[in-house]
Amino acid sequence: MKTRERVFSRFERFWHWFQAVLIIALMITGFEVNGAYALVGYEEAAGWHRACAWVLIWLWVFAIFWHLVTGEWKQYIPTTERLMAVMKYYSVGIFDHSVPHPYKKTVRFKHNPLQRIAYLSFNIAITPVIWITGLLYMYYNDWPANWGLTLGDVALVHVAAAFAMLIFFIAHVYMAFTGHPPMQYVKAMITGYDDVYPEEKGANK
Amino acid sequence: MATVGGVATSAIAAGDREIRPQNAPSTADHSAFAELKGPFANGPEVTKACLKCHTKASHQLMRTTHWTWAFDNKLTGQMLGKKNVINNFCVATATNWPRCTSCHIGYGWKNAAFDLTNQDAVDCLVCHDATGKYKKFPAGAGHPVYEPKEFPPKSGKIWQPVDLAMVAQKVGQPTRANCGACHFFGGGGDGVKHGDLDSSMFKPDKALDVHMDAKGLNFTCQTCHTTGGHEVTGSRYATKAVDRIGVDVPGKTDFTRSSCESCHGLTPHPESNHPKLNDHTDRVACQTCHIPEFARGGRKTKTWWDWSTAGQSKKVIKDADGYATYHPKKGDFVWQANVRPEYYWFNGNIRYQLLEDKIDPTGVVNINAFGGDSTDADARIWPFKVMRGKQPYDVKNRILAVPHLFGKDEAAFWKHYDWDKALEAGLKARGVSYSGEHAFVETRYFWPITHMVAPKAQAVGCNECHAKNGRLESLTGFYMPGRDSIPWLSTLGWYGALLALIGVGLHGAIRIIAAMRRS
Repeated sequence: MKTRERVFSRFERFWHWFQAVLIIALMITGFEVNGAYALVGYEEAAGWHRACAWVLIWLWVFAIFWHLVTGEWKQYIPTTERLMAVMKYYSVGIFDHSVPHPYKKTVRFKHNPLQRIAYLSFNIAITPVIWITGLLYMYYNDWPANWGLTLGDVALVHVAAAFAMLIFFIAHVYMAFTGHPPMQYVKAMITGYDDVYPEEKGANK
Repeated sequence: MATVGGVATSAIAAGDREIRPQNAPSTADHSAFAELKGPFANGPEVTKACLKCHTKASHQLMRTTHWTWAFDNKLTGQMLGKKNVINNFCVATATNWPRCTSCHIGYGWKNAAFDLTNQDAVDCLVCHDATGKYKKFPAGAGHPVYEPKEFPPKSGKIWQPVDLAMVAQKVGQPTRANCGACHFFGGGGDGVKHGDLDSSMFKPDKALDVHMDAKGLNFTCQTCHTTGGHEVTGSRYATKAVDRIGVDVPGKTDFTRSSCESCHGLTPHPESNHPKLNDHTDRVACQTCHIPEFARGGRKTKTWWDWSTAGQSKKVIKDADGYATYHPKKGDFVWQANVRPEYYWFNGNIRYQLLEDKIDPTGVVNINAFGGDSTDADARIWPFKVMRGKQPYDVKNRILAVPHLFGKDEAAFWKHYDWDKALEAGLKARGVSYSGEHAFVETRYFWPITHMVAPKAQAVGCNECHAKNGRLESLTGFYMPGRDSIPWLSTLGWYGALLALIGVGLHGAIRIIAAMRRS
């Protein structure tokens, strides 16, 4: 039977919410730098964008360290097992209250297959691209001469990744409210405690 | 405060530093020299006296552009200088000598026969007068008046002879007043030509020019335009668009301070002020941010001169500030104060439209054109005053025409208002025969702006360029954050985000409806 246990550690929760705030700030300021709208003016937007970027980079460094040390990086190993079932649940089953979530969350396997794919994409595609192009953007003046890369090229990739981040963000925020009751997942990310099932042999690999 | 020759000699405190006066008194008391007792009948007699001691002075001077009015641009191979170029102010010097050469540092250049090797014709006083009393006569071919003379004619304004001996005995190092006497009045009037040099620069305050601030640093022209052997550095004909030498150290560098970097270096901004400022110095000229506007000293500068309407009316029309917007002799003018510069990539390579160069009269003719674009590492974004106007050209020869303006003869335009005669005489003086047919063509003349450096608080801020419709809107070929975005990517991105929103919105709506049905 399911039990309530601490699934998300203190660092994990801190990292998640701090990152959320930084990413929101980076999106707001970043799209202003990109000329989408004028809120605080270019200079201030660029200044905050740069400052938030540095904090986020440091946060990532710590987060990567934490994932390596705790072994939590294994949470992102993709799997196809029950992937179709989870996708079917979100596209059909979720509308029928009697249909249970096909994935039984455990402490060792706290992400469903869809989450694994989404978060892995976030971690190895969106984030590094933003990080690398952002640093290139910041250190535009220190590029070696005749590199053949223009600021426009870097901006293109950086902004494309930012849009990917925005779309991930929209979907992620929505998915956070798909629990039963709707606030379940959000509460879990705040308190750290969530309903989990005992580990079954061979399950959730 | 003691003064010697009108120059402050006590140290002036600027900020927390003690600033030593730029114009140190000479070691010679010129009033003690028997040679300078006078009286002098004319300028050349004074020069003869000067040369008795300063035996090399005139030889030095005769090698300079100030004297030759010719400038050999090594970069483009063009022979420039006032003697050779055509502009869109009074067009050209040829045949208009007595009027034009009133600003020459020599005496008596009243026709093409002027002897450029005559040492006595060098005017020492115009640069070394420390009294402010020495004035060349506007139509005197470089001479001051030796007898009382009315100018402008019928104006009732009488020019009195200068006490040459008195002036000669008080000579000193050139001041802003000396250089400004000509350079502030280029184009025939206060502020007409440059826009960043006018009579407000005789005694500017800090807001107008941080370096020349009369109560502060009080730089003279040669503080930056370093001199040696009467050669003045920093030519407009060959503007140094990028200075990678940086701080000028005697013995190590080229000993020219006529660039901002010569004193401020290549990374002048403290990192603590703003981390990105120094990153701009490779692509943006210092002047671009630090001269937000020119003609800021309360004087207007001419920005449009239409010769085609000259002679059409006899009435001078003036604006509310007393600036002529129409003059019978010269046509229509536009004057502007506090002008925001126009910005262009510039690598220092300037080519002039010379008399022999064919023009394309169907478009706007550039009096000067310059090199540089965003891909050129030697180019930086520079501020310019762009002088626009309409001027005569020879229709069949397809060249800019040179009018004979000044004089009492039949052909002089300002006497008889006959373009054909004036152009025939003007072109003839330059060895070209006039085809007999003229028209007017619009021209542009680009002046890199470099004076009137504002205090840093007034520098152009980030938002003025990094914005749509900002100062640099017209510069293309490079990606500038805040101004540029990638339209297809933005469209794709925002539609993608919108689709995601619609998707989760629908999904959520169905969930809510399903939950409502259940209850």
